[in-house]
Amino acid sequence: MSFGFTDVTVELGGETAIEGVDLEVEPGAITAVIGADGAGKTTTSRTLVGLLSPTAGTVRRPRAEAIGYQPEAAGTWLDLTVSENLSFVARAYGLPVASDRYRELLEVTGLGPATDRLAGELSGGMRQKLAVAMAMLPRPELTVLDEPTTGLDPMSRAEVWRLLARAAGEGTAVLATTSYLNEAERASHVVVLDNGKVLAAGTAESIRSSFRGLLGISATRPLDASAWRRGNHWRVWVPNGSLPPGARSATPDLEDVVTAAAYARQEAS
Amino acid sequence: MTSRLAETSEISKRFVDNLAVDGVSISVSAGEIVGLVGANGAGKTTFIRMMLGLLRPDRGQVMLFDETPTRATRHRLGYMPQGMGLYEDLTVAQNLDFTARVFGVEPPALEGDLAALGDTLVADLPLGLRRRTGFLAALSHRPDLLVLDEPTSGVGPLGRAELWETIHDAADGGAGVLVTTHHMDEAEQCDRLVLLSAGRAVASGTVDEIIAGQTTIEVAPADPAAAMAMLGQAGLPVLPTGRHLRLPGVTTSSVRSILGGDVGLTESRSTLEEAFMSLARAV
Repeated sequence: MSFGFTDVTVELGGETAIEGVDLEVEPGAITAVIGADGAGKTTTSRTLVGLLSPTAGTVRRPRAEAIGYQPEAAGTWLDLTVSENLSFVARAYGLPVASDRYRELLEVTGLGPATDRLAGELSGGMRQKLAVAMAMLPRPELTVLDEPTTGLDPMSRAEVWRLLARAAGEGTAVLATTSYLNEAERASHVVVLDNGKVLAAGTAESIRSSFRGLLGISATRPLDASAWRRGNHWRVWVPNGSLPPGARSATPDLEDVVTAAAYARQEAS
Repeated sequence: MTSRLAETSEISKRFVDNLAVDGVSISVSAGEIVGLVGANGAGKTTFIRMMLGLLRPDRGQVMLFDETPTRATRHRLGYMPQGMGLYEDLTVAQNLDFTARVFGVEPPALEGDLAALGDTLVADLPLGLRRRTGFLAALSHRPDLLVLDEPTSGVGPLGRAELWETIHDAADGGAGVLVTTHHMDEAEQCDRLVLLSAGRAVASGTVDEIIAGQTTIEVAPADPAAAMAMLGQAGLPVLPTGRHLRLPGVTTSSVRSILGGDVGLTESRSTLEEAFMSLARAV
């Protein structure tokens, strides 16, 4: 069965953190939740793993022992070594310590030569790979990782996504949050959050093709149109009608689709 | 006055056994936006602090407005640190008033979403509006050189569009801008980029100049997971993209030697992110 949300709203301290969010996290696939700080990514993660209760709506999740969760910027013990971190997780789940699984994860993360190093001495990318390995070790049915790639260089980010793809390949349902829109391409399903609400959802391809209206490129800021600057030109969005004079038609990318959706929402409210 | 506002020559800084910045030379001229791109720990913030005169380099020289950094040069600088440098227990208006008085100018007018929030404590503002306030504070004395350390981190799509519009307006008005980011899509907003990796400038130029000559191989294997594992084990950089795998900066023969001679592959121009991956790996 798949995990996720149906129409979930969560209020925290009297404020709505997420509102009416639908979410599908399927076994064998990666769902990416993308948004800025404050968009509701951490609330989504914590609600999915059961640390927060929804105010309204339904959450589908496996039993607690079958969930792996890595909170944001955490999940490793900095003053324990790589092998101690992994052994701790193994013991907590009642698994043998020096198992085939343990050796396999050291191999795929490239952490094999670093087993005796303190987690606090690892580079950010290595530490994040250790955190993902710790989440994968007990082969959970559902793995939830909050911002596993934030602050990492592109290469380390790609390696973390490769590990997540491997976890999905083992049949786990994986949810990862990120603030990098271009990481949408790495997931099979994407939910873009803005201000606690779903701005766009689907595959990266279906989100791109969900764009309605016309996108233009203009050298100057057009009057009476939603427009945003990119480098030395303006992107112009016209939901109905034709592009303003001087604008030439362009193919929208994911950033354009999300920005246009945010404009549409602002105008509707 | 020359148009060159800031120039560092081979500056370096070591913290105990960590060489945080290693011989970096960058210049920022009037009217241009220079992006400083790199991962956390690449040395961006240390570099900025040296360029501003807040941290003394171990080696090399910093020139601001054709002189070494002093309190006088500080008056011509606008700096928004990652933490934004605002007083959380003061209101928006009090923060802007404070900064304006330090520089002996009039506080800026509050516009848009901020207009009604002058009496709100900065601690109570959402992050996007906090960034806008920090930005107004940094701009209030009309600095000649703006230095912004991850100005859009944590800001939603519309807030990001607005902040970039303000940055472009400042540059169009003649200010030089140095901005750090690790969002590649924001890097494309800059006139020129410098990529820092492990404290060194490994590439610089316009987006087109950086991408020029950088290629990526794309393969569509029947079993992407198995192919990814084989390529990864061979030490090749692999980016899963939809059903395809992209390998920046590798040769067709190296991919064929691992996946077999009959694997279908195409070679295309790298994206900026892929170009940076190849350039950072090559160091």
